[in-house]
This record gives sequence, C-alpha cells and structure tokens, in this order.
Amino acid sequence: MKEGKAGGAGEAGRENAVETRATGATGARPGAVRAGDVLAPLEIPVTRTLVVAGAVASRDYQDVHHDAEAARAKGSPDVFMNILTTNGLVGRYVTDHFGPHAVLRKVAIRLGAPNHPGDTMTLTGTVAEVADGPDGTATALVRVTGANGLGHHVTGTVTVEVPR
Amino acid sequence: MSGEEREDREDGRVARDRRAARAGQSARTGEGERTGQGGCEGEDHLYERLKAYEGRPAAVAGRGKDPVNLPMIRHWCEAMGDAHPAYRGPDAVAPPTMLQAWTMGGLSGHEDRSAEYGELLALLDGAGYTSVVATDCEQEYLRPLRPGDEITFDAVVESVSPRKTTKLGTGHFVTTRTDVRAGGELAGTHRFRILKYAPAGRPAKPPERPRRPRPVINRDNAGFWEGVADHRLLVQRCTACGALRFPWLPGCADCGAPGWETVEASGEGTVFSYVVMHHPPFPAFDPPYAVGLVELAEGVRIVGNVVGVPHDKVRIGMPVRLEFLRVDEELELPVFRAVEGER
Repeated sequence: MKEGKAGGAGEAGRENAVETRATGATGARPGAVRAGDVLAPLEIPVTRTLVVAGAVASRDYQDVHHDAEAARAKGSPDVFMNILTTNGLVGRYVTDHFGPHAVLRKVAIRLGAPNHPGDTMTLTGTVAEVADGPDGTATALVRVTGANGLGHHVTGTVTVEVPR
Repeated sequence: MSGEEREDREDGRVARDRRAARAGQSARTGEGERTGQGGCEGEDHLYERLKAYEGRPAAVAGRGKDPVNLPMIRHWCEAMGDAHPAYRGPDAVAPPTMLQAWTMGGLSGHEDRSAEYGELLALLDGAGYTSVVATDCEQEYLRPLRPGDEITFDAVVESVSPRKTTKLGTGHFVTTRTDVRAGGELAGTHRFRILKYAPAGRPAKPPERPRRPRPVINRDNAGFWEGVADHRLLVQRCTACGALRFPWLPGCADCGAPGWETVEASGEGTVFSYVVMHHPPFPAFDPPYAVGLVELAEGVRIVGNVVGVPHDKVRIGMPVRLEFLRVDEELELPVFRAVEGER
C-alpha cells in the first residue's frame, strides 16, 4: 500500500518536474512551486569512479575516499563518498528539479549510512514550505533524503530561490 | 547537538557508553579506561582539555589556493553530473555547494590551520582517535562566487562533543564554522562537523549480500529436499491408507501409519490463497513480493513464492506451474510461475 502510494506520488512529481523546468526556462507561468510538491526521485549509481571523482573535484584527498585498503584499515569495508560530493549531489538534485533560474541559498545535510561503491543512492524530496523571496522570487524549503542499500545516507534541507 | 541525537538513534551503544563513562567518574576503571585508548590520560580529563578549544580559531586569514576558476568548476560539474546552465559559459558562477572546495588544502595540506586547531586534532590523535569522518555540513550562500574571485576564510571551533560511541568507533564530534569571503566580502558560511574516532576493533569485511535462510533438513524431510535437488517436487503417500500428505511428516495424519512412499507432483496448481509481503523487510528479500499457498493438482497444498506476475496481480484461483529457483550456489527452492495468458 505504502509503496504503491509513494510510487504514484513519484510519477506525479516527475511530470511536475518537467513542467517546472519548462516554466523556469521560459518564465511563462508564475507560482509553480507549492508546499507539498514532490520531486521526482533521482537514482545515483554509486560507482568507485563517482566516489573518487567527487573527492578529487572537492579537493578532498582523505585516503578513505580513494584507497580501499586504507579505508579497510580504518574500519570501513570499502572507500566511501565524501560529504562534499553528497552535498553537491543534493544541490544538483534540487536545481535539476527547479530549473536553470533556481539559486541555492542553503544546503544543510547530515550523513548516516555511507555510500560505498556498488550501491545506489535514491534521492527523494518534498517541498516543505514556500515563502516570498527577494525580487519577486519564491523561496522554497525542500526536504531531501538519499537512501541506499544500507539505509539513509543523507537527510537534509535545501533552501532554494525560484522564479515565481 | 543533533549529531549526538543521531548517534543515539543509530547505535544503542551510546547509552551503554554513557553509563560506563559515569561509572568511570567514580571508579576510573571499566569500559571508559579500556576503550578510551588514552593510555595515561583519563577520558574526563581529556574532554576538559578538548572543551577548552571551543570558541578558539580553527583557521585565521586562510587563503584559497586558487581563485575561483572555470576548470575547477567544470571538473566539479562533471563529477556531480550537474548540467545547470548557470555554471557554464562566459557568465558562469560556481556551484554554491563548491563553497568549501575553494578553501581545501588539497594534497599539499592546510597551512592556514590555526595552531590551536592543530593542537586540538593532535590531542585527539594522541588519545587514539586517529580516524576522521564528516557527519554534517551546513552551508549558507550569500552571494555567488565567480571566476577570478579571491577566496579568504576564517574558521572557529564551535563545539567539541563528549565522547561518543558510533558504529564506526568511539570518538568526539568537532564542529567548526567557516566564514568564506570573496574579495573581502562575506560570500557564505560553512558549518562542518567531523567525528574524530578510534576505529571499532572488528574485522573489516566487504559487505556480503545477505542470504536467504537455510531450510532445516532432518531425517523426516530429507527426501523432500533430495527431490528438490533433482528438480522433482515429491509428495508423501501413506502406504496404509493411500492419503497424500504435505509437508513431509513421519506419520499419516489420517490413519497414523508410519509407512510412506513418494509421488512426484505434476507441477500444475492453482493459487489457493496468498499474502503480499511489504513489511518488515528481511535482508535477503526484496519486498513487495507474493507468497502463495498453492493447491497442487494432486490435492495437497504448498507454500511458495508466486513469480512471473506483479505482486498485486496475484489472485486466488490463478493457475500456476512449478519451477525451481536457484537462490544461491547452495540453495534451490520450488516456486510457482503464473501460467501465461491467465493473468
């Protein structure tokens, strides 16, 4: 039952995402974002390449993000994604949804279960609040969760400014 | 603060550890001493020393090693799969989530780190908390960063937690707050929480895919599993009264006689009843899935997965046919596939 509903909401969210993106691109239709809007889920395959590329792009050379042997010596079964990559992916997830005029204002995340290579992280999000932003924009507070095979990798909130 | 709550939720060991720490205050023995890795130094004393660093600078007048630049932006976007148009082209801005990347020491290290922060980390290293993992990141973006922006930053130690035990190991959370400036103007703030910890002393193994439970095989049902190994579904028949019985039993439920022989089921059956498993999830299973009580053509009933049809399309009376599912290298199970054209 629960799965069925969530899946249905996901489908609706996907359509909504396309619509919002189109609106963002043309600025044609105002007021597209509403509290309760569901973002289409985004599946991120957690590859070794992504873990390493993300760590290096964020200039994080902690060995646990690129050296499996070193990670094991420190009690982790394998390398794992660094927090800045997760942060970047969460930001991307939200701006992908809201389109090219979306501007991130705040990203606050907490990590739980690590993202190891071979896993898949599914990002889901819901618009919790919408307020008036500066210059006729709307400011949306989006709650985001990224779940992997071990549980919740990330939970957080993103504040994003979007055109009305 | 909330990091501590998370650890409480994640791992019941925190509570135990607190009790041990309290006990340690009076006795200075027990778990606190054993797991503190501190050698000559008690955990309470260590925490007092760590706590003294709250409010002290973690970085002073730090400078980004590179100005904000397009190549690093592009590398970031490639890694993240981020195609946002604002991060490309002649008027590109940096993805806001790159905020901390501009302040990172990289392979050549952090020469901007304050002496105090170095001492704090050295204190934790010296107490055996040599590993580090980031747990929280909170960023606020005040103005976009553009190629050419020179980055400067200052950071302060906001808090050091009491000792915590997590799944990774025992250690202390350290929270810092960094103000990031571009051309001297505040561009964003970055709160970051790490756990400095001593790895838990268990063997690190790659995660194995959980396996389905093994059947309990004994002398009363061994014949059934031998049949499964030969891809034959065997039903018992009483040699005294001829009644079929399933699952396998040492005696006849109708006449009580112990003698039996086997009949191989044709494999045809219908769904007599079923359940759909949603919750709770068991590690080796992938809910939702349907479990059927299948009435075989011979008249006895057997429990097995109903496959080849979505879980919500299983119906009572649906014709099914036996097949054998190889679950892993040592386990095969009889399952029932919905017969084509009957959905």
